[in-house]
Amino acid sequence: MATEILMPALSPTMEEGTLAKWLVKEGDTVSSGDIMAEIETDKATMEFEAVDEGTIGKILVEEGTEGVKVNTAIAVLLDEGESADDIDTTPAAAPEAAPAVDAGKEVSPAGAAEAPAAPQTDTSPDWPEGTTLKQQTVREALRDGMAEEMRRDDSVFLMGEEVAEYEGAYKISQGMLDEFGAKRVIDTPITEHGFAGIGVGAAFGGLKPIVEFMTFNFAMQAMDQIINSAAKTLYMSGGQMGAPMVFRGPNGAAARVGAQHSQDYAAWFMQVPGLKVAMPYSASDYKGLMKTAIRDPNPVIFLENEILYGRSFDVPELDDYTVPFGKARIWREGEDVTIVSFGIGMTYALAAADKLAEGGISAEVIDLRTLRPMDTASILKSVMKTNRCVTVEEGWPQGSVGNYISSVIMQEAFDYLDAPVINCTGKDVPMPYAANLEKLALVTTDEVIAAVRQVTYA
Amino acid sequence: MKNTTLPQLYQEMRRVRTFEERVGELFVRGQSAGSMLHLSIGEESAAVGVCARMRDGDTFTTHHRGHGIFLARGADPDRMMAEIAGKDTGYCHGKGGSMHIADMGLGHLGANAIVGGGIPAVVGAGLSARHQKSGAVSVAFFGDGATGQGILYESMNMAALWKLPVMFVCINNQYGMGTRIDQATANPDLHERAAAFGLAARTVDGLEVEDVVEAATDLMEQARGGTPAFLAIDCYRFYGHARKDKSPYREELEEEEGRKKDPVLQAREKLLTTGLMDTAELDALDDEIAREMDAAIDFAIAGEEPQMQSMFRDVYAPTEPEPEPVRTRLDRILAQG
Repeated sequence: MATEILMPALSPTMEEGTLAKWLVKEGDTVSSGDIMAEIETDKATMEFEAVDEGTIGKILVEEGTEGVKVNTAIAVLLDEGESADDIDTTPAAAPEAAPAVDAGKEVSPAGAAEAPAAPQTDTSPDWPEGTTLKQQTVREALRDGMAEEMRRDDSVFLMGEEVAEYEGAYKISQGMLDEFGAKRVIDTPITEHGFAGIGVGAAFGGLKPIVEFMTFNFAMQAMDQIINSAAKTLYMSGGQMGAPMVFRGPNGAAARVGAQHSQDYAAWFMQVPGLKVAMPYSASDYKGLMKTAIRDPNPVIFLENEILYGRSFDVPELDDYTVPFGKARIWREGEDVTIVSFGIGMTYALAAADKLAEGGISAEVIDLRTLRPMDTASILKSVMKTNRCVTVEEGWPQGSVGNYISSVIMQEAFDYLDAPVINCTGKDVPMPYAANLEKLALVTTDEVIAAVRQVTYA
Repeated sequence: MKNTTLPQLYQEMRRVRTFEERVGELFVRGQSAGSMLHLSIGEESAAVGVCARMRDGDTFTTHHRGHGIFLARGADPDRMMAEIAGKDTGYCHGKGGSMHIADMGLGHLGANAIVGGGIPAVVGAGLSARHQKSGAVSVAFFGDGATGQGILYESMNMAALWKLPVMFVCINNQYGMGTRIDQATANPDLHERAAAFGLAARTVDGLEVEDVVEAATDLMEQARGGTPAFLAIDCYRFYGHARKDKSPYREELEEEEGRKKDPVLQAREKLLTTGLMDTAELDALDDEIAREMDAAIDFAIAGEEPQMQSMFRDVYAPTEPEPEPVRTRLDRILAQG
């Protein structure tokens, strides 16, 4: 049966193009891979190859024609034994068949070059419209999230250095010892490797530990237990037992504490199958994600930020407010560029977007909230709209979260990009102590603005 | 509690010995057993003597040389051998292997192949047991090599501080891989370290399994009552560190002497001299065990390999969708373009 040769799409966004030149004429025999025509758009020229073998029966669109819509029939290919006389009946057959399709459904256009479906994303709001909101610090919201879950489930307990009597080195567990007692709010010696491992064993034994690290810098002592025991046991045991638990504490730079207290471990933990990783920015997410983390049957790394602890945000007054993992929050919609961040990086992302708006650049700002699972669909959907992306994080550049995001965009939305993705990160040095150097080592709002200008050619 | 008569203890030790001797047959018969196989030949009295005092509901972790402990705790040799052969019929569906075998049903919280890595889990399990008032003890089995790891001391400290029902069992086979203990520590009286943390602590010679049982009885009782305990058991690792290690770092004479410390042979001779069993009975028992382990090899060989789709299973708890394999993902993306 004769087949139509359709106008190809050079990229998923292409709608029409110029049929610049035919390299075959009617009556020519072609086989798969032969170049039949040159197609041009304002961006590129492509040689168009035959997919099937056959004889060019009729050329329907002359060379030099501009504005040829994608999927328009441009020629007819005949099978062996067919003649050009058969052609007229063939294209007519398709429209006749169309009414047979269920009229209530959207029918995708026939043809090979179907545009990829936009990624499925969950864009529902975090709380229903009309919910009463209160201003709360990250510190309070985090504590409330833990306390609510401890009231709900007796097997949940908090352990770590100074969490009980001292109420947390950063006062996160205020009032918790009073409410839950020493059996469920447990002060440990200074022994991160030990109490992380004890937490893992308690999780094996049926409890749901929340293990606080005074800072994730100290969790380096406990890496063996976090990675080799907590993350891998479910898999190694063939699904028999895992470690339902939360490792939490401040992560990343604070201020003037030097190299051993300032590292951002987001990219490290994000790499490990078996772990989930949350790194919230706002108080409502600290609360909602903490509650989800405690209920999760897997080990969760919950990366907090000392500087954010004292910041206030709207938090919904709901009895049981949770935020699902793997659902990004779009803080600001925009058209010209997508800025992706998480945790304290959002501070720079949002500040940059404000300033860029003054200059007429409309930035869409996405807060990933969790890094594993990561809502890459929301990133891709946004990039398909803006065609440009800048990532923002405090961690180091090599093997950064932004590097991963860049690779996902490159693999899944390459044709949508109008500029390379730029990763704004902390500088590639251990955190210096001197105030001026520390400032220089961190990612800044100005760097984010500069990156956006670069990708938007502004 | 299990029967602790000498015939019973001998039988358990002989099962461990024969299992370990048979593991190598997997290779001979063309099976792809992992290259890291650590045999516990010479250490049978430690496994059997301590496990004889464990009860249903008690939990434990082991090190990388843990086949014997798990067997002594009641493991099915068929499923163990299948796990070592990487078969779906194994305890962990072939995803754990010799060094990561686990079974919740028998309280096995996992073999851990990081030296010292399994130790803190028993302190956590002890904490759980106390919260749940279950009366269970949790036991960490590890080698003398682990006494060089800080995690042991962190764990003993917190177990003592919180008075948890926990027992630490150090199987001192004299070698951390190729390094003899006197080259690794200035004070080889390992129990003294535990005593310094406030644990009930002893060292026992592993030659006589009944001595191990006696020491374990006392210490396990204390642990169950909230005084965590430490038991070091002296023995000798008969063979190399792992399958391919011919132990060139030790003299033949030393090995000859060391292998005289054979708890299985010792028990056998004692059964004969005391008249509890005669040669014919012992031979019959040995044959029966040999057949049991032959059957385990056959079971392992007959088992199916895990299905390819199981690769992505159990990375996360079952409520989670399995991650999309990279190839599938790329195929999907390329099909779109």
